[in-house]
Amino acid sequence: MAETTVKAPVEKEKEPLFGPKEKRLLTDPLNDNNPITVQVLGICSALAVTSLVYPSIIMAISVTFVTAMSSFFTSLLRKQIPKQVRMIVQLVIIATLVTIVEQFLKALNFEVYKQLAVFIGLIITNCIVMGRLEAFAMANRPWRSLLDGIGNGLGYGAILIVVAVIREFFGKGTLFAGSPLAWQIIGPSSDYMLDTTQISWLGWYQNNNLMVLSGAAMFIIGILIWIHRTWNPKLVDVS
Amino acid sequence: MDLINIFIKSAFIENLVLTYFLGMCSYLAVSKSVKTAFGLGLAVIFVLGITLPINWIITNFLLSENGILGMDLTFLRLILFIAVIASMVQLVEMVIEKFSPSLYNSLGIFLPLITVNCAILGGSLFMVSKEYNFSESVAFGLGGGFGWFLAIIAIAAIREKLRYSNIPAPLRGLGIAFIITGLMGLAFLSLLGIDPAAF
Repeated sequence: MAETTVKAPVEKEKEPLFGPKEKRLLTDPLNDNNPITVQVLGICSALAVTSLVYPSIIMAISVTFVTAMSSFFTSLLRKQIPKQVRMIVQLVIIATLVTIVEQFLKALNFEVYKQLAVFIGLIITNCIVMGRLEAFAMANRPWRSLLDGIGNGLGYGAILIVVAVIREFFGKGTLFAGSPLAWQIIGPSSDYMLDTTQISWLGWYQNNNLMVLSGAAMFIIGILIWIHRTWNPKLVDVS
Repeated sequence: MDLINIFIKSAFIENLVLTYFLGMCSYLAVSKSVKTAFGLGLAVIFVLGITLPINWIITNFLLSENGILGMDLTFLRLILFIAVIASMVQLVEMVIEKFSPSLYNSLGIFLPLITVNCAILGGSLFMVSKEYNFSESVAFGLGGGFGWFLAIIAIAAIREKLRYSNIPAPLRGLGIAFIITGLMGLAFLSLLGIDPAAF
């Protein structure tokens, strides 16, 4: 009997499980509403990891997992959470998910865990997670909140990986250093490589140390915002 | 002397904003005028200075194997840290509201936002990974807060002047703020050569 009462409202709505609205939820954060270049949320915890591509990919996956699952669970609980303590409830949900990610990564790949330890913990205070919970998950149904979370995680990860590719390529001449796919592309082979026998294509390239410094990430994001807004003029900040 | 070293190191050489990008969200959002930046900076110093010692006590007496519970509970660290930070911010908010309503009004929404300021949680996590003792963690908290305060005042002052300069429209606002932060980061790097032990 319980099953029939659950089924009835689903049939009444007659909304497709994955229609154009749901698709927009996934694609919007990649361009018009990008978490980093438009909403400017979540820059805090991530930029320090973008000097190498491999940790950035792991960071992107972790953040996508946390935004998606926290949006989903907050949305499930949205009618039970009292308004006054909602921040603390949200923080506890996020912190639990981040702890799961942290323990998982610790068991799976300890080398990367050591590099990322502090920054994985900082996903809790990543404004994009909290921002999406407040702006979307508290007012929408679980399935849509899940998609919105995935979309924002992907939009965030995309920028992270673009920045990391630029920084690692020009800063160290490698791509995916530290992973099994490590690839020395230009410049003298660096000690970041696992396999030092690989010969690079362009041995004359001198590594650009500016790209390894933290300031370079800010320049690259500043320029990405510039390009993004030139290409998509409705985003231009008038003030 | 060691404490002064740690203070100077965490304020200038390992500045939370300019070398670790912590607290970026509020750093970019609140840096439009020097006045509000000043208030937020002070609140951050205060919250960092209080939460770091409390979190130090939690890690060393509650969560470590040699603590009162006798179990290794480090996996609970994140949840406890964020709970301490949230309650401390709540406390600071109540104290400011009671004793200085004018400051409370001028800070407005930014006060509760300190909870999700990565600099606070980041400071706690760095303190754990650097294995400071109690007094060192106080110095680290105050120094880190002071560095954050300096950085937000500097960017707010620069952005106030920038309002009158001729910047390409798509770069205006955020784009230029990012690039300036990058330049400030490079400038702070020149402090790397300083040996804090010389003080």
